[in-house]
Amino acid sequence: MMTPEEAPLSLAKAPTKRLNMIEAINEALHIMMERDPDVVVFGEDVGYFGGVFRATAGLQKKFGKQRVFDTPINECGIIGAAVGMGAYGLRPVPEIQFADYIYPGLDQLISEAARLRYRSAGEFIAPITVRSPFGGGIFGGQTHSQSPEALFTHVAGLKTVIPSTPHDAKGLLIAAIEDNDPVIFFEPKRIYNGPFSGYYDKPVEPWAKHDGSVVPEGYYKIPLGKARVVREGEALTVLAYGTMIHVAQAVLAEKGVDAEIIDLRTLVPLDIETIEASVKKTGKCLIVHEATRTGGFGAELSALVQERCFYHLEAPIERVTGFDTPYPHSLEWAYFPGPVRIGEAVDRLLKA
Amino acid sequence: MAKGPASAGAAGGNLPPLSLHVPEPPFRPGDPVDYSFLDIPPAGAFARPDEACPTEETHALCHGLIRVLDQDHRAVGAWDPKLDAETLRRMLRTMALTRAFDDRMYRGQRQGKTSFYMKCTGEEATSVASAYALSDDDMVFPSYRQQGILIARGYPIVEMINQIYSNRADKLKGRQLPIMYSSRDHNFFTISGNLATQMPQAAGWAMASAIKGDTRIASTWIGEGSSAEGDAHAAFIFATVFNAPVVFNIVNNQWAISSFSGFAGGERATFAARAIGYGIAGLRVDGNDALAVYAAARWAANRARAGKGPTLIEHFSYRAEGHSTSDDPSAYRSAQERDEWPLGDPINRLKKHLIALGEWSEEQHAAMDLELAEQVKAATKEAEKNGVLGHGLHHPFHTMFEDVYEELPWHLQEQAEQAIRERRIKWPSWKEYE
Repeated sequence: MMTPEEAPLSLAKAPTKRLNMIEAINEALHIMMERDPDVVVFGEDVGYFGGVFRATAGLQKKFGKQRVFDTPINECGIIGAAVGMGAYGLRPVPEIQFADYIYPGLDQLISEAARLRYRSAGEFIAPITVRSPFGGGIFGGQTHSQSPEALFTHVAGLKTVIPSTPHDAKGLLIAAIEDNDPVIFFEPKRIYNGPFSGYYDKPVEPWAKHDGSVVPEGYYKIPLGKARVVREGEALTVLAYGTMIHVAQAVLAEKGVDAEIIDLRTLVPLDIETIEASVKKTGKCLIVHEATRTGGFGAELSALVQERCFYHLEAPIERVTGFDTPYPHSLEWAYFPGPVRIGEAVDRLLKA
Repeated sequence: MAKGPASAGAAGGNLPPLSLHVPEPPFRPGDPVDYSFLDIPPAGAFARPDEACPTEETHALCHGLIRVLDQDHRAVGAWDPKLDAETLRRMLRTMALTRAFDDRMYRGQRQGKTSFYMKCTGEEATSVASAYALSDDDMVFPSYRQQGILIARGYPIVEMINQIYSNRADKLKGRQLPIMYSSRDHNFFTISGNLATQMPQAAGWAMASAIKGDTRIASTWIGEGSSAEGDAHAAFIFATVFNAPVVFNIVNNQWAISSFSGFAGGERATFAARAIGYGIAGLRVDGNDALAVYAAARWAANRARAGKGPTLIEHFSYRAEGHSTSDDPSAYRSAQERDEWPLGDPINRLKKHLIALGEWSEEQHAAMDLELAEQVKAATKEAEKNGVLGHGLHHPFHTMFEDVYEELPWHLQEQAEQAIRERRIKWPSWKEYE
């Protein structure tokens, strides 16, 4: 039987339904707990309550407290216990309630989970998927808004995945859980309930009106390391992920620019082929992320594009990012790389 | 300036200014050593509570010291595990082999055969006797001074030497610092150089065993120094919350490199007493008394296996040698400490006990030591056929890029090609597969 792996956006002939991103993630967890008795889900408030964002709703009721449970407020313990469970042979899917809280677990991720396979020459592995809501735009202040993905892309042995639609969230999460390497699965919480154009003062759109909410029933995976071409175009290439896919898409549509928009989906391993082909075609590259600028993943993307596409570039690579400040509560939208910041960069690229 | 609520009072008033307390060990180089301040209860002084007892019944044991071997080398009291002579001789032999191995590897490092070595001299009982009290399929999460467990479980010492030499036969492909062993077949978790990380991992493994309705338990070791790490707290809280079948061993060997146990809180409370606040069982044991260590480990293992949850065991011991081959303890502690240590040497004590039982003799012991030295020497020769560190007989070059991920991603593939190019530039005749 063929694995139901994906073709761009539409998945074969599976029956579909409309889901928001939380529902898609919840469904992926249900499916994987059903398929694999070694999958366990735990974290702060994930059990009886079903998680502060409801991602684990219904799991404990269906699969029992032995496989879905609350934990102490101790991220070092959550990840450390997951490493031990993985060594036993389980496939843990811990939740870190906010990406901003992941730091007490960093040593267990960086020195342990990421290195187990290497240091034991394959005797022990860490088949762990750490789910964590990340990113701003919800008035979360500096401790509920960060985008720390670059800390993890810097670590040899970790994979970093960030979905931008319910369709992708489900297929990528299933692939992450089945992966035998540790995966950081960052969920852009600003788009849990609907895509976001970047105009915070406009009414919120629900996912129901967006193609990305058409989610196939049942099991399917989106392979890690495969980008998605959101929109083909000739004028410039946009490299982005998560929330910023939708913001960039809205800005470029509004400006009427024939942009090729690439949703990276997985930062490590990165789909370099898709990036290279696109930039060589358009000759211009715009990188957008919400995270702080210095040492951000945009810097890595910029370096890669420069190394591989230099003679095709018609303009300097543009990076649009958050500012190098903590995420301010009241000035959230001044921090956020919104339509104005993106628009300016697009104008510079098009003038060149 | 605004006034706070206490500003009207005389807070501070006549008190002398505050000063920071920085712990200082009792003895420094050159100091005469007198350990009479240590409270060492006699062997057999403590009752042995039922393995399923409420944790409160272990509180006295967190402050006391479980000892079995008395001054006349007899096994006394409720904690006497009553092991048969054959088991005692095997345990003695394992401890002696561990010491012979340490001595030879230490010399090997000094001869330039490897970069680094760590002995466990004086602490052999804390790992060997514990291992004897566990089932071989119980999972151990060791720190770096538990080579005795691997030896007790029958891991071939030639494999240990291959790892120490990082040679072409090293099962860990020359990736780990010497002595950071791993053996899944021996239920021995890969040793980390980052301290105490194995603690919450052991709790997690034990939780997994409970989730799966298994009967196996986990046991983990740290030093008293690294018990200061947050990971220890994470492990204790997870273990108590989930009643995990895990045994936590804190080997209190008094020294964390040059920092004495006071820098881990040892001036104020015993390490076993930490169990009390977490509501887990705690035992404090004479770590140089193999029978007491065995008895405590057995008690904790039985308790865990019966679903009664975790136990914290403090092994009160002494690090008789330097932290590692990179350390010179004469620079920070009195050389007399080792000689004056009131709990003696674990191998010597077990030997004397067997002799007192009429089951062993000095002559047999001397013959065994010679035999073990020969055994280690032969294993060393065997391992050296596969090379020593820095002499070319390492794993094939391409293995450097393997096992970072299950599959080699493109960026590592590119970097592997770069590394091979560098090699060819440096040695034009070099071939990837020698």
